[in-house]
Amino acid sequence: MAAPAQAIDPIHQFNIERLLHLNVGGLDASFTNASLFMVIIFLAVTALMVLGTSGAHVVPTRVQAAAEMAYEFVASTVRDTIGKEGMRFFPFVFSLFMFVLFANLIGLIPGAYTVTSQIVVTFAFAALVIGTVIVYGLMKHGAHFLHLFVPSGVSPILLPFIVLIEIISFVSRPISLSVRLFANMLAGHITLKVFGGFVAMLLGAGAYAILSPLPLIAITLLTAFELLVAFLQAYVFAILTCVYLNDAIHPGH
Amino acid sequence: MASNTTATTQAHGGAADHGGAFPPFDSTHFASQLLWLAITFGLLYLLMSRVALPRVGRILENRAARIAGDLEAAKAAQAQAQAAQVAHEKTLAEARAKAQELGQEAHRSLAAATEAKRKALESDLNAKLAAADAKISETKAKAMANVDSIATDAAGAIVEQLTGRKVDAGAIASAVAGALKA
Repeated sequence: MAAPAQAIDPIHQFNIERLLHLNVGGLDASFTNASLFMVIIFLAVTALMVLGTSGAHVVPTRVQAAAEMAYEFVASTVRDTIGKEGMRFFPFVFSLFMFVLFANLIGLIPGAYTVTSQIVVTFAFAALVIGTVIVYGLMKHGAHFLHLFVPSGVSPILLPFIVLIEIISFVSRPISLSVRLFANMLAGHITLKVFGGFVAMLLGAGAYAILSPLPLIAITLLTAFELLVAFLQAYVFAILTCVYLNDAIHPGH
Repeated sequence: MASNTTATTQAHGGAADHGGAFPPFDSTHFASQLLWLAITFGLLYLLMSRVALPRVGRILENRAARIAGDLEAAKAAQAQAQAAQVAHEKTLAEARAKAQELGQEAHRSLAAATEAKRKALESDLNAKLAAADAKISETKAKAMANVDSIATDAAGAIVEQLTGRKVDAGAIASAVAGALKA
């Protein structure tokens, strides 16, 4: 094979490499390539939202218009899903959406690391969302929050099953929320890499090199599709966060 | 952590084909990932909630207020323009009515003056006509009187010629008057 095995291996792109060995109180706190891209995401979002709006122009510049669009997009999502009371969670949902969106988009740049392709990252976000739902729900409504699991107007015979189903659905939320994003990113990047590998392999396979444009076209189309997925998954993550937070604010069906 | 156990159990299946553990399920880097995620996301949340979002919210509010104010001003200006137009139209109508009035007045006075002139002329003409008539009748009467004397003279001359003798003028005059009367 002409290309080195590492370049063809579709899993290699998810490897984490320590760039800086750090150890805080016995815990591994190394600065890795994933950490580097987390910092890049943070800087990119900050550049857009803080530096881009520093002029506070009445007639916005391009960057400020983009920042305003992001603001209004997430604000309308929160308002439509939760209502006016939900605006207290707007900074949280916004940060989540922007972080995930930028992670997904930056991950599409060749050679970049996709932070959201790590289950631990997406699960941390999902756990944060569900944790917020539980803590806020119990704080705001106390025991009434548990009515979330007891829908009104159900016959007493069915009630135990319904409660069981509600609890299972609640528990599966963080899993589905994290796995959906993680799996989409992982699968998309593996697919891109596999087709990229096809191009390299065909080029190195003599007469078959004539076929190599086919996977190249496929990558081009897939990249466009992955751009859509990158945005869509960030949006899905944000809107599901809103739906779950809505349960914390308005428990009981 | 529950997630760690599920993740690592799944990882063994995924890692079968590759040398090490399947990287996304490799728990050796979980601690550093979570730490750096907490740092970056925490900072991002702080910056967004404290600086960026209030600022964007303020910008949008300012713009909405500005647009509403401008619209209000435009509406006021439009109302003013409409009022001005109404006033203008009123003035125009008034001026038109006045002009018409003036025109009619002029027309009326002109007609009256013409009428007076015509009447004066007519009466003058009538007077002249009457004078002419009087003169004609006077001239006629004078002429008629002359006719008497001419007729008398002529009759006297004729009789003198015919008879060869002078006739009494008084007799001829009465005879002529009788003939003329007949």
